Amino acid sequence: MRQVAILGVAMTKFGVLEKTNLEMFAEAGLEAIALSNLEPKDMEALYFGNCLGDFEEGQMHMAPFAHAELGLPVGVPATRFESACATATVAIRHAALLVGSGVYDVVLAGGTERACAMGTPLATRTFAMGHHAQHESTAGLTFPGVFAMAAHIYSEKYKVPLKELKRNMAEVAVKNHFHGAMNPKAHFQKEIDVDTVLDGMMVADPLQLFDCCPFSDGAAAVVVAEAGKARDLVKKPVYIGGMGQASAGPLYLQKDLSRVMAREASIAQAYRESGLGPDDVDVVELHDCFTIAEILALESFGLYEFGKAYDAAAKRETYLGGRVVVNPSGGLKAKGHPIGATGAAQVTEIVEQLRGESGPRQVEGARVGLVDTLGGDFGTICNIVLRN
Amino acid sequence: MEYKLTYEQFQQGLERGELLGLKCNTCNSVTFPPMVRCRECNSTDLEVTQMSGKGTIRTFTVIRVAPEGMTPPYVVAMAETDEGAWVMGNLVGIDPDDAHMGLMGKKVSLGSHLVKGDTYSGGDSRVITFSLV
Repeated sequence: MRQVAILGVAMTKFGVLEKTNLEMFAEAGLEAIALSNLEPKDMEALYFGNCLGDFEEGQMHMAPFAHAELGLPVGVPATRFESACATATVAIRHAALLVGSGVYDVVLAGGTERACAMGTPLATRTFAMGHHAQHESTAGLTFPGVFAMAAHIYSEKYKVPLKELKRNMAEVAVKNHFHGAMNPKAHFQKEIDVDTVLDGMMVADPLQLFDCCPFSDGAAAVVVAEAGKARDLVKKPVYIGGMGQASAGPLYLQKDLSRVMAREASIAQAYRESGLGPDDVDVVELHDCFTIAEILALESFGLYEFGKAYDAAAKRETYLGGRVVVNPSGGLKAKGHPIGATGAAQVTEIVEQLRGESGPRQVEGARVGLVDTLGGDFGTICNIVLRN
Repeated sequence: MEYKLTYEQFQQGLERGELLGLKCNTCNSVTFPPMVRCRECNSTDLEVTQMSGKGTIRTFTVIRVAPEGMTPPYVVAMAETDEGAWVMGNLVGIDPDDAHMGLMGKKVSLGSHLVKGDTYSGGDSRVITFSLV
Protein backbone atom coordinates (compact mmCIF):
# COMPACT_ATOMS: atom_id res chain seq x y z
CA MET A 1 0.00 0.00 0.00
CA ARG A 2 1.17 3.53 -0.80
CA GLN A 3 1.31 6.07 2.00
CA VAL A 4 -1.84 8.20 2.14
CA ALA A 5 -2.26 11.74 3.45
CA ILE A 6 -5.05 14.18 4.19
CA LEU A 7 -4.68 17.60 2.56
CA GLY A 8 -7.41 20.22 2.91
CA VAL A 9 -10.16 19.72 5.48
CA ALA A 10 -13.30 21.79 5.96
CA MET A 11 -16.64 21.79 7.74
CA THR A 12 -19.62 24.10 7.80
CA LYS A 13 -20.86 25.41 11.09
CA PHE A 14 -22.99 22.68 12.70
CA GLY A 15 -26.43 23.54 14.07
CA VAL A 16 -29.86 24.37 12.70
CA LEU A 17 -29.03 25.70 9.25
CA GLU A 18 -31.18 27.20 6.52
CA LYS A 19 -29.30 25.44 3.74
CA THR A 20 -29.87 22.37 1.58
CA ASN A 21 -27.75 19.24 1.89
CA LEU A 22 -26.07 20.08 -1.42
CA GLU A 23 -25.35 23.68 -0.46
CA MET A 24 -23.73 22.61 2.81
CA PHE A 25 -21.67 19.90 1.13
CA ALA A 26 -20.53 22.17 -1.71
CA GLU A 27 -19.36 24.81 0.78
CA ALA A 28 -17.29 22.29 2.73
CA GLY A 29 -16.06 20.44 -0.37
CA LEU A 30 -14.93 23.54 -2.28
CA GLU A 31 -13.13 24.86 0.81
CA ALA A 32 -11.33 21.52 1.34
CA ILE A 33 -10.27 21.46 -2.34
CA ALA A 34 -9.05 25.09 -2.22
CA LEU A 35 -7.10 24.46 1.00
CA SER A 36 -5.39 21.57 -0.83
CA ASN A 37 -4.24 24.01 -3.53
CA LEU A 38 -6.26 22.00 -6.02
CA GLU A 39 -9.30 22.57 -8.20
CA PRO A 40 -12.46 20.49 -8.58
CA LYS A 41 -11.21 19.14 -11.91
CA ASP A 42 -8.27 17.54 -10.06
CA MET A 43 -10.55 15.20 -8.07
CA GLU A 44 -10.59 11.64 -9.40
CA ALA A 45 -13.57 10.42 -7.37
CA LEU A 46 -16.16 11.69 -4.88
CA TYR A 47 -17.08 9.51 -1.90
CA PHE A 48 -20.16 11.17 -0.60
CA GLY A 49 -21.87 10.45 2.71
CA ASN A 50 -25.54 11.01 3.45
CA CYS A 51 -27.97 8.96 5.52
CA LEU A 52 -31.47 10.33 5.45
CA GLY A 53 -31.76 12.70 2.48
CA ASP A 54 -34.79 10.70 1.36
CA PHE A 55 -36.70 11.86 4.45
CA GLU A 56 -35.05 15.27 4.91
CA GLU A 57 -35.57 16.55 1.38
CA GLY A 58 -37.20 13.73 -0.59
CA GLN A 59 -33.81 13.25 -2.23
CA MET A 60 -32.14 9.94 -2.83
CA HIS A 61 -29.13 9.38 -5.09
CA MET A 62 -27.65 12.68 -3.94
CA ALA A 63 -24.03 11.94 -4.90
CA PRO A 64 -24.29 12.90 -8.61
CA PHE A 65 -26.01 16.16 -7.66
CA ALA A 66 -23.20 16.95 -5.22
CA HIS A 67 -20.77 16.13 -8.02
CA ALA A 68 -22.51 18.66 -10.29
CA GLU A 69 -22.67 21.28 -7.52
CA LEU A 70 -18.88 20.96 -7.05
CA GLY A 71 -18.24 21.08 -10.79
CA LEU A 72 -16.43 17.75 -11.02
CA PRO A 73 -15.78 16.37 -14.53
CA VAL A 74 -18.37 13.90 -15.88
CA GLY A 75 -15.75 11.12 -15.95
CA VAL A 76 -15.24 11.38 -12.17
CA PRO A 77 -17.49 8.87 -10.36
CA ALA A 78 -19.58 10.02 -7.38
CA THR A 79 -20.77 7.32 -4.99
CA ARG A 80 -22.99 7.53 -1.92
CA PHE A 81 -21.95 5.88 1.32
CA GLU A 82 -24.37 5.03 4.12
CA SER A 83 -23.15 3.47 7.38
CA ALA A 84 -25.54 5.29 9.73
CA CYS A 85 -23.58 7.66 11.99
CA ALA A 86 -20.23 6.25 10.77
CA THR A 87 -21.03 7.18 7.15
CA ALA A 88 -18.35 9.79 6.44
CA THR A 89 -15.57 7.91 8.23
CA VAL A 90 -16.32 4.84 6.13
CA ALA A 91 -16.31 7.02 2.98
CA ILE A 92 -12.90 8.47 3.94
CA ARG A 93 -11.53 5.01 4.75
CA HIS A 94 -12.55 3.73 1.32
CA ALA A 95 -11.06 6.79 -0.36
CA ALA A 96 -7.82 6.07 1.50
CA LEU A 97 -7.91 2.40 0.53
CA LEU A 98 -8.22 3.22 -3.17
CA VAL A 99 -5.54 5.92 -3.01
CA GLY A 100 -3.31 3.54 -1.06
CA SER A 101 -3.82 0.80 -3.62
CA GLY A 102 -2.96 3.12 -6.52
CA VAL A 103 -6.36 3.30 -8.21
CA TYR A 104 -6.62 7.04 -7.59
CA ASP A 105 -4.20 9.78 -6.50
CA VAL A 106 -6.73 12.34 -5.20
CA VAL A 107 -10.25 11.74 -3.84
CA LEU A 108 -12.74 14.06 -2.15
CA ALA A 109 -14.64 12.38 0.70
CA GLY A 110 -17.07 13.54 3.35
CA GLY A 111 -20.75 13.90 4.01
CA THR A 112 -23.75 16.08 4.67
CA GLU A 113 -26.93 15.83 6.75
CA ARG A 114 -29.95 18.02 7.35
CA ALA A 115 -31.55 16.18 10.24
CA CYS A 116 -33.29 19.21 11.77
CA ALA A 117 -35.55 19.53 8.73
CA MET A 118 -37.40 16.40 9.90
CA GLY A 119 -38.45 17.55 13.39
CA THR A 120 -37.91 15.35 16.45
CA PRO A 121 -40.71 12.71 16.01
CA LEU A 122 -39.83 11.90 12.36
CA ALA A 123 -36.09 12.20 13.05
CA THR A 124 -36.45 9.75 15.96
CA ARG A 125 -38.41 7.39 13.67
CA THR A 126 -35.91 7.57 10.80
CA PHE A 127 -32.88 7.20 13.09
CA ALA A 128 -34.63 4.12 14.54
CA MET A 129 -34.45 2.64 11.03
CA GLY A 130 -30.87 1.89 12.03
CA HIS A 131 -32.17 -0.84 14.35
CA HIS A 132 -33.07 -4.32 13.10
CA ALA A 133 -36.40 -3.62 11.42
CA GLN A 134 -38.07 -6.96 12.28
CA HIS A 135 -36.72 -7.82 15.72
CA GLU A 136 -35.70 -4.53 17.39
CA SER A 137 -37.34 -1.36 16.09
CA THR A 138 -40.86 -2.81 16.31
CA ALA A 139 -40.47 -2.80 20.11
CA GLY A 140 -40.23 1.00 19.90
CA LEU A 141 -36.49 1.08 20.46
CA THR A 142 -34.66 4.39 19.94
CA PHE A 143 -30.96 5.26 19.88
CA PRO A 144 -31.05 6.88 23.31
CA GLY A 145 -32.74 3.63 24.38
CA VAL A 146 -29.82 1.51 23.13
CA PHE A 147 -27.26 3.49 25.10
CA ALA A 148 -29.59 3.66 28.08
CA MET A 149 -29.64 -0.15 28.11
CA ALA A 150 -25.84 -0.14 27.85
CA ALA A 151 -25.64 2.21 30.86
CA HIS A 152 -27.78 -0.14 32.94
CA ILE A 153 -25.57 -3.11 32.01
CA TYR A 154 -22.44 -1.06 32.84
CA SER A 155 -23.80 -0.11 36.26
CA GLU A 156 -24.77 -3.70 37.06
CA LYS A 157 -21.63 -5.36 35.67
CA TYR A 158 -19.04 -3.07 37.23
CA LYS A 159 -20.98 -2.46 40.46
CA VAL A 160 -21.04 1.30 39.92
CA PRO A 161 -24.32 2.46 41.52
CA LEU A 162 -26.53 4.08 38.88
CA LYS A 163 -26.60 7.42 40.72
CA GLU A 164 -22.80 7.53 40.77
CA LEU A 165 -22.57 6.46 37.13
CA LYS A 166 -25.06 9.16 36.10
CA ARG A 167 -23.10 11.88 37.92
CA ASN A 168 -19.96 10.76 36.12
CA MET A 169 -21.77 10.58 32.79
CA ALA A 170 -22.89 14.16 33.41
CA GLU A 171 -19.21 15.09 33.81
CA VAL A 172 -18.62 13.84 30.24
CA ALA A 173 -21.27 16.25 28.97
CA VAL A 174 -19.81 19.09 31.05
CA LYS A 175 -16.35 18.45 29.56
CA ASN A 176 -17.55 18.29 25.97
CA HIS A 177 -19.58 21.48 26.37
CA PHE A 178 -16.50 23.12 27.92
CA HIS A 179 -14.51 22.18 24.81
CA GLY A 180 -17.37 23.08 22.46
CA ALA A 181 -17.57 26.57 23.94
CA MET A 182 -14.16 27.18 22.30
CA ASN A 183 -15.27 25.93 18.88
CA PRO A 184 -16.90 28.58 16.67
CA LYS A 185 -18.30 25.83 14.41
CA ALA A 186 -20.03 23.97 17.26
CA HIS A 187 -23.81 23.57 17.46
CA PHE A 188 -23.69 24.50 21.19
CA GLN A 189 -21.02 26.95 22.28
CA LYS A 190 -22.12 27.11 25.87
CA GLU A 191 -20.72 25.68 29.08
CA ILE A 192 -23.02 23.66 31.32
CA ASP A 193 -22.65 22.15 34.79
CA VAL A 194 -23.55 18.77 36.28
CA ASP A 195 -26.92 20.08 37.47
CA THR A 196 -27.83 21.11 33.91
CA VAL A 197 -27.56 17.43 32.98
CA LEU A 198 -29.18 15.97 36.09
CA ASP A 199 -32.10 18.43 35.97
CA GLY A 200 -32.86 17.71 32.31
CA MET A 201 -35.91 15.89 31.01
CA MET A 202 -35.67 12.10 30.88
CA VAL A 203 -35.29 10.80 27.32
CA ALA A 204 -34.68 7.07 27.87
CA ASP A 205 -34.02 6.03 31.48
CA PRO A 206 -31.34 6.67 32.71
CA LEU A 207 -30.34 9.11 29.91
CA GLN A 208 -31.51 12.70 30.27
CA LEU A 209 -31.56 15.40 27.60
CA PHE A 210 -27.98 16.56 28.17
CA ASP A 211 -26.69 12.98 28.08
CA CYS A 212 -27.71 13.04 24.41
CA CYS A 213 -26.16 14.73 21.38
CA PRO A 214 -28.51 16.89 19.30
CA PHE A 215 -29.97 16.41 15.85
CA SER A 216 -27.87 18.77 13.70
CA ASP A 217 -27.43 20.07 10.17
CA GLY A 218 -23.98 20.36 8.63
CA ALA A 219 -21.40 19.06 6.20
CA ALA A 220 -17.69 18.29 6.20
CA ALA A 221 -15.22 17.17 3.55
CA VAL A 222 -11.57 16.21 3.26
CA VAL A 223 -9.16 15.68 0.37
CA VAL A 224 -7.37 12.33 0.48
CA ALA A 225 -4.20 12.00 -1.62
CA GLU A 226 -1.08 9.95 -2.20
CA ALA A 227 1.59 11.17 0.24
CA GLY A 228 4.18 12.28 -2.31
CA LYS A 229 1.63 14.38 -4.16
CA ALA A 230 0.43 15.74 -0.83
CA ARG A 231 3.92 16.95 0.09
CA ASP A 232 4.13 18.83 -3.24
CA LEU A 233 0.83 20.60 -2.59
CA VAL A 234 0.63 21.57 1.07
CA LYS A 235 3.05 22.51 3.84
CA LYS A 236 1.69 20.18 6.51
CA PRO A 237 0.12 17.01 5.17
CA VAL A 238 -1.20 14.74 7.90
CA TYR A 239 -0.66 11.04 7.28
CA ILE A 240 -3.00 8.12 7.76
CA GLY A 241 -1.10 5.81 10.07
CA GLY A 242 -3.66 3.02 10.14
CA MET A 243 -7.34 2.31 9.79
CA GLY A 244 -9.87 -0.21 11.01
CA GLN A 245 -13.47 -1.04 10.32
CA ALA A 246 -15.62 -3.81 11.77
CA SER A 247 -19.24 -4.92 11.81
CA ALA A 248 -21.63 -6.53 14.26
CA GLY A 249 -25.27 -7.57 14.02
CA PRO A 250 -28.39 -6.89 16.09
CA LEU A 251 -28.09 -6.12 19.79
CA TYR A 252 -29.65 -9.42 20.87
CA LEU A 253 -26.71 -11.19 19.24
CA GLN A 254 -24.17 -8.77 20.76
CA LYS A 255 -25.65 -9.28 24.25
CA ASP A 256 -23.25 -7.51 26.67
CA LEU A 257 -23.63 -3.89 25.56
CA SER A 258 -20.85 -2.71 27.87
CA ARG A 259 -18.41 -4.19 25.34
CA VAL A 260 -18.59 -2.85 21.78
CA MET A 261 -17.20 -5.88 19.97
CA ALA A 262 -16.93 -4.18 16.57
CA ARG A 263 -14.87 -1.40 18.14
CA GLU A 264 -12.49 -3.83 19.77
CA ALA A 265 -11.91 -5.47 16.36
CA SER A 266 -11.65 -2.17 14.50
CA ILE A 267 -9.22 -0.49 16.87
CA ALA A 268 -7.02 -3.61 16.88
CA GLN A 269 -6.73 -3.30 13.08
CA ALA A 270 -5.92 0.42 13.30
CA TYR A 271 -3.27 -0.07 15.99
CA ARG A 272 -1.70 -2.98 14.11
CA GLU A 273 -1.59 -1.12 10.79
CA SER A 274 -0.14 2.03 12.38
CA GLY A 275 2.31 0.24 14.65
CA LEU A 276 0.97 2.47 17.42
CA GLY A 277 -0.98 1.78 20.59
CA PRO A 278 -3.07 3.57 23.19
CA ASP A 279 0.02 5.04 24.89
CA ASP A 280 0.93 6.90 21.68
CA VAL A 281 -2.40 8.70 21.30
CA ASP A 282 -2.38 12.43 22.17
CA VAL A 283 -5.84 13.45 21.07
CA VAL A 284 -9.07 11.59 20.31
CA GLU A 285 -12.26 12.50 18.52
CA LEU A 286 -14.63 9.72 19.52
CA HIS A 287 -18.29 8.93 19.10
CA ASP A 288 -19.95 10.50 22.16
CA CYS A 289 -23.50 10.34 20.78
CA PHE A 290 -24.47 9.78 24.44
CA THR A 291 -22.37 10.35 27.54
CA ILE A 292 -22.10 6.63 28.30
CA ALA A 293 -20.81 6.08 24.75
CA GLU A 294 -17.62 8.05 25.50
CA ILE A 295 -16.96 5.86 28.54
CA LEU A 296 -17.42 2.64 26.55
CA ALA A 297 -15.13 3.89 23.77
CA LEU A 298 -12.25 4.84 26.08
CA GLU A 299 -12.28 1.30 27.43
CA SER A 300 -12.38 -0.29 23.96
CA PHE A 301 -9.31 1.74 22.95
CA GLY A 302 -7.27 0.35 25.83
CA LEU A 303 -6.88 3.86 27.25
CA TYR A 304 -8.64 2.58 30.37
CA GLU A 305 -9.33 -0.86 31.74
CA PHE A 306 -12.87 -2.17 31.34
CA GLY A 307 -15.07 -0.72 34.06
CA LYS A 308 -12.58 2.06 34.86
CA ALA A 309 -13.24 4.91 32.40
CA TYR A 310 -16.49 6.12 33.95
CA ASP A 311 -14.81 8.80 36.08
CA ALA A 312 -12.15 9.90 33.54
CA ALA A 313 -13.89 13.22 32.84
CA ALA A 314 -14.65 13.85 36.52
CA LYS A 315 -10.91 13.45 37.19
CA ARG A 316 -10.24 15.84 34.29
CA GLU A 317 -7.95 13.28 32.62
CA THR A 318 -9.79 13.71 29.30
CA TYR A 319 -9.92 17.52 29.36
CA LEU A 320 -7.62 19.82 27.41
CA GLY A 321 -4.35 19.54 29.31
CA GLY A 322 -5.26 16.06 30.59
CA ARG A 323 -3.41 12.82 29.98
CA VAL A 324 -5.32 12.16 26.74
CA VAL A 325 -7.54 14.89 25.34
CA VAL A 326 -10.92 13.53 24.29
CA ASN A 327 -13.24 15.44 21.98
CA PRO A 328 -11.54 18.86 22.00
CA SER A 329 -14.02 19.91 19.26
CA GLY A 330 -16.85 19.49 21.75
CA GLY A 331 -17.62 16.05 20.35
CA LEU A 332 -20.98 15.03 19.00
CA LYS A 333 -22.45 16.28 22.27
CA ALA A 334 -21.60 19.97 21.80
CA LYS A 335 -20.21 20.30 18.28
CA GLY A 336 -23.33 18.55 17.01
CA HIS A 337 -24.09 15.40 15.07
CA PRO A 338 -25.23 15.74 11.44
CA ILE A 339 -24.89 12.00 11.06
CA GLY A 340 -23.70 11.79 7.45
CA ALA A 341 -21.05 14.46 8.09
CA THR A 342 -19.83 13.56 11.56
CA GLY A 343 -16.84 11.38 10.65
CA ALA A 344 -15.44 13.97 8.25
CA ALA A 345 -15.76 16.64 10.94
CA GLN A 346 -13.87 14.38 13.37
CA VAL A 347 -11.09 13.94 10.81
CA THR A 348 -11.14 17.72 10.24
CA GLU A 349 -10.62 18.37 13.95
CA ILE A 350 -7.79 15.85 14.31
CA VAL A 351 -6.00 17.10 11.17
CA GLU A 352 -6.19 20.69 12.41
CA GLN A 353 -4.98 19.59 15.86
CA LEU A 354 -1.98 17.81 14.34
CA ARG A 355 -1.19 20.90 12.26
CA GLY A 356 -1.38 23.10 15.36
CA GLU A 357 -4.28 25.14 13.94
CA SER A 358 -6.88 24.67 16.68
CA GLY A 359 -6.51 28.00 18.47
CA PRO A 360 -7.74 28.09 22.08
CA ARG A 361 -8.53 24.36 22.10
CA GLN A 362 -5.14 23.30 20.67
CA VAL A 363 -3.68 20.15 22.25
CA GLU A 364 -0.06 21.19 22.78
CA GLY A 365 2.44 19.03 20.92
CA ALA A 366 -0.16 16.66 19.48
CA ARG A 367 1.50 14.20 17.12
CA VAL A 368 -0.90 11.24 16.99
CA GLY A 369 -4.68 11.51 16.84
CA LEU A 370 -7.44 8.91 16.78
CA VAL A 371 -10.79 9.15 15.01
CA ASP A 372 -13.60 6.85 16.17
CA THR A 373 -17.06 6.70 14.66
CA LEU A 374 -19.89 4.34 15.53
CA GLY A 375 -22.81 3.56 13.25
CA GLY A 376 -26.12 2.02 14.23
CA ASP A 377 -26.55 -0.43 17.10
CA PHE A 378 -22.78 -0.78 17.55
CA GLY A 379 -23.09 -2.32 14.07
CA THR A 380 -20.35 -0.35 12.32
CA ILE A 381 -17.18 1.03 13.86
CA CYS A 382 -14.56 2.83 11.82
CA ASN A 383 -11.25 4.06 13.25
CA ILE A 384 -8.54 6.16 11.64
CA VAL A 385 -5.16 6.85 13.28
CA LEU A 386 -3.64 10.09 11.99
CA ARG A 387 -0.07 11.30 12.53
CA ASN A 388 2.28 14.07 11.57
CA MET B 1 -29.87 -22.28 1.33
CA GLU B 2 -33.47 -22.42 2.55
CA TYR B 3 -34.68 -20.94 5.83
CA LYS B 4 -36.01 -23.60 8.23
CA LEU B 5 -38.11 -20.92 9.92
CA THR B 6 -38.82 -17.66 8.10
CA TYR B 7 -39.80 -14.41 9.76
CA GLU B 8 -43.35 -14.93 8.49
CA GLN B 9 -43.53 -18.45 9.98
CA PHE B 10 -42.07 -17.10 13.25
CA GLN B 11 -44.77 -14.40 13.28
CA GLN B 12 -47.52 -16.94 12.56
CA GLY B 13 -46.22 -18.97 15.53
CA LEU B 14 -46.46 -15.93 17.80
CA GLU B 15 -50.02 -15.38 16.62
CA ARG B 16 -50.87 -18.96 17.68
CA GLY B 17 -49.16 -18.36 21.04
CA GLU B 18 -46.09 -20.42 20.11
CA LEU B 19 -42.50 -19.22 20.56
CA LEU B 20 -40.62 -20.96 17.77
CA GLY B 21 -36.85 -21.18 17.77
CA LEU B 22 -34.23 -23.28 15.99
CA LYS B 23 -32.22 -26.02 17.65
CA CYS B 24 -28.80 -26.69 16.15
CA ASN B 25 -28.04 -30.33 15.43
CA THR B 26 -24.31 -29.58 15.42
CA CYS B 27 -23.77 -27.68 18.71
CA ASN B 28 -27.20 -27.92 20.42
CA SER B 29 -27.50 -24.11 20.74
CA VAL B 30 -30.93 -22.57 20.27
CA THR B 31 -31.26 -19.64 17.88
CA PHE B 32 -34.12 -17.26 18.67
CA PRO B 33 -35.43 -15.22 16.92
CA PRO B 34 -34.77 -17.30 13.78
CA MET B 35 -31.92 -16.88 11.30
CA VAL B 36 -30.70 -18.98 8.42
CA ARG B 37 -27.86 -20.40 10.52
CA CYS B 38 -26.96 -21.19 14.11
CA ARG B 39 -26.07 -18.02 16.05
CA GLU B 40 -23.21 -19.87 17.76
CA CYS B 41 -21.56 -22.21 15.24
CA ASN B 42 -22.97 -21.07 11.84
CA SER B 43 -24.30 -24.55 11.10
CA THR B 44 -27.39 -24.69 8.90
CA ASP B 45 -28.39 -28.10 10.26
CA LEU B 46 -31.27 -26.71 12.32
CA GLU B 47 -34.68 -27.91 13.37
CA VAL B 48 -37.69 -25.96 14.61
CA THR B 49 -38.19 -26.17 18.37
CA GLN B 50 -40.62 -24.77 20.91
CA MET B 51 -39.04 -22.35 23.35
CA SER B 52 -39.70 -22.78 27.07
CA GLY B 53 -40.97 -19.19 27.22
CA LYS B 54 -38.86 -18.47 30.29
CA GLY B 55 -36.08 -15.93 30.61
CA THR B 56 -34.20 -13.36 32.69
CA ILE B 57 -34.12 -9.57 32.24
CA ARG B 58 -30.58 -8.50 31.28
CA THR B 59 -31.22 -4.82 30.63
CA PHE B 60 -34.04 -2.34 30.03
CA THR B 61 -34.92 1.28 29.43
CA VAL B 62 -38.05 3.41 29.59
CA ILE B 63 -38.61 5.19 26.28
CA ARG B 64 -39.95 8.69 27.01
CA VAL B 65 -39.19 10.33 23.65
CA ALA B 66 -40.63 7.93 21.09
CA PRO B 67 -40.44 7.57 17.33
CA GLU B 68 -43.35 9.02 15.38
CA GLY B 69 -46.34 6.70 15.73
CA MET B 70 -45.41 5.24 19.16
CA THR B 71 -46.92 6.43 22.46
CA PRO B 72 -44.46 6.81 25.35
CA PRO B 73 -43.69 5.92 28.06
CA TYR B 74 -43.09 2.20 27.55
CA VAL B 75 -40.39 -0.24 28.60
CA VAL B 76 -37.99 -1.84 26.11
CA ALA B 77 -35.91 -4.68 27.51
CA MET B 78 -33.56 -7.46 26.51
CA ALA B 79 -33.93 -10.84 28.15
CA GLU B 80 -31.81 -13.96 28.10
CA THR B 81 -34.01 -16.97 27.39
CA ASP B 82 -33.46 -20.12 29.44
CA GLU B 83 -32.16 -21.61 26.16
CA GLY B 84 -29.35 -18.98 26.10
CA ALA B 85 -30.45 -16.72 23.23
CA TRP B 86 -31.10 -13.06 24.02
CA VAL B 87 -34.11 -11.25 22.59
CA MET B 88 -35.44 -7.69 22.45
CA GLY B 89 -39.00 -6.93 23.49
CA ASN B 90 -41.36 -4.93 25.68
CA LEU B 91 -41.66 -5.44 29.42
CA VAL B 92 -45.41 -5.30 30.06
CA GLY B 93 -47.66 -5.37 33.10
CA ILE B 94 -45.74 -2.76 35.09
CA ASP B 95 -46.01 1.02 35.34
CA PRO B 96 -43.01 2.38 33.38
CA ASP B 97 -42.35 4.78 36.26
CA ASP B 98 -41.74 1.74 38.47
CA ALA B 99 -38.99 0.41 36.19
CA HIS B 100 -35.66 0.62 38.05
CA MET B 101 -32.41 -1.29 38.50
CA GLY B 102 -34.19 -3.90 40.61
CA LEU B 103 -35.47 -5.36 37.32
CA MET B 104 -31.99 -6.54 36.36
CA GLY B 105 -31.86 -10.32 36.70
CA LYS B 106 -35.60 -10.71 37.30
CA LYS B 107 -37.30 -13.84 35.90
CA VAL B 108 -39.87 -13.26 33.17
CA SER B 109 -42.24 -15.25 30.98
CA LEU B 110 -42.27 -14.51 27.26
CA GLY B 111 -45.27 -13.79 25.08
CA SER B 112 -46.07 -11.37 22.29
CA HIS B 113 -48.30 -8.44 21.44
CA LEU B 114 -49.43 -6.82 18.23
CA VAL B 115 -47.73 -3.60 17.10
CA LYS B 116 -49.35 -1.61 14.30
CA GLY B 117 -47.16 -1.02 11.28
CA ASP B 118 -46.48 2.49 9.96
CA THR B 119 -45.84 3.97 6.51
CA TYR B 120 -42.25 2.73 6.55
CA SER B 121 -42.69 -0.82 7.85
CA GLY B 122 -43.99 -3.96 6.20
CA GLY B 123 -47.30 -3.88 8.09
CA ASP B 124 -48.39 -5.02 11.54
CA SER B 125 -46.14 -7.34 13.50
CA ARG B 126 -46.05 -9.23 16.77
CA VAL B 127 -43.36 -8.16 19.24
CA ILE B 128 -41.97 -10.29 22.07
CA THR B 129 -43.24 -9.31 25.52
CA PHE B 130 -41.80 -10.03 28.94
CA SER B 131 -43.96 -10.38 32.06
CA LEU B 132 -42.48 -10.58 35.55
CA VAL B 133 -43.13 -13.94 37.22
